[in-house]
Amino acid sequence: MAEDIKVSATLDLKGLVCPIPIVKVSQAVKGIQVGETVEAFATDPGVLADIPAWCKTSGNELVKMEHVDKGFRFVIRKLK
Amino acid sequence: MENNKNGTTIILMSGDMDKVMAAFNIAIGAAAAGKETNMFFTFWGIKAIQKGNLVGQSLFARMMGILNRGGINRIGPSRFNFWGLGRWMFKKMMQKHHITPMEELRKTAMDLGVKLYPCQMSMEVMEIKAENLIAGVEPSCGVAAMLEMSDRSRQTLFI
Repeated sequence: MAEDIKVSATLDLKGLVCPIPIVKVSQAVKGIQVGETVEAFATDPGVLADIPAWCKTSGNELVKMEHVDKGFRFVIRKLK
Repeated sequence: MENNKNGTTIILMSGDMDKVMAAFNIAIGAAAAGKETNMFFTFWGIKAIQKGNLVGQSLFARMMGILNRGGINRIGPSRFNFWGLGRWMFKKMMQKHHITPMEELRKTAMDLGVKLYPCQMSMEVMEIKAENLIAGVEPSCGVAAMLEMSDRSRQTLFI
């Protein structure tokens, strides 16, 4: 898969646990324009379920969710 | 306020650490997803928004105030409290796993726009005045206001 998603902001959520990753993500998404994306790195396994759920309730798009070295990386696009 | 029925209302009746923590956690999650989120604090739940100073004028209310003193950092878990030992132990365990402390959790909720409503009746009974509550809470209200919040919400939780 081509890695050509341009991100507007990068968040470091490593070591943070529920509900803080969601809080930081929501604040970061608030700070970008519609259509822009934010990427984040986390270590809490809870984000695997929480980030997709947050995207669904808040109406944003989960572009990518992947396992990276000892954690997870995900990319969210702001839709509204 | 338009009736969009997309909010979350949490009625917090318990003053136990674990339950207060769950309530703030859920409120934070809802507010972070952009929902109008209201918390109604009644009975033991009021302690979660008290400054922690002594309250009450009458003998009974003062006794209650002494037993119930200390605010959000002094509340113990619903099980295994053992006269405060459990609270201390839980705090240590939470620290170890980098769980957000209670006070910070409450602040995060408020920063996200969660509105905190104290129950007027409970304040009356326990002789808690508005100045005994932390800054930033809404004016006290009653059951009708709480039900109206609930009516605007898709989910209402009683904890």
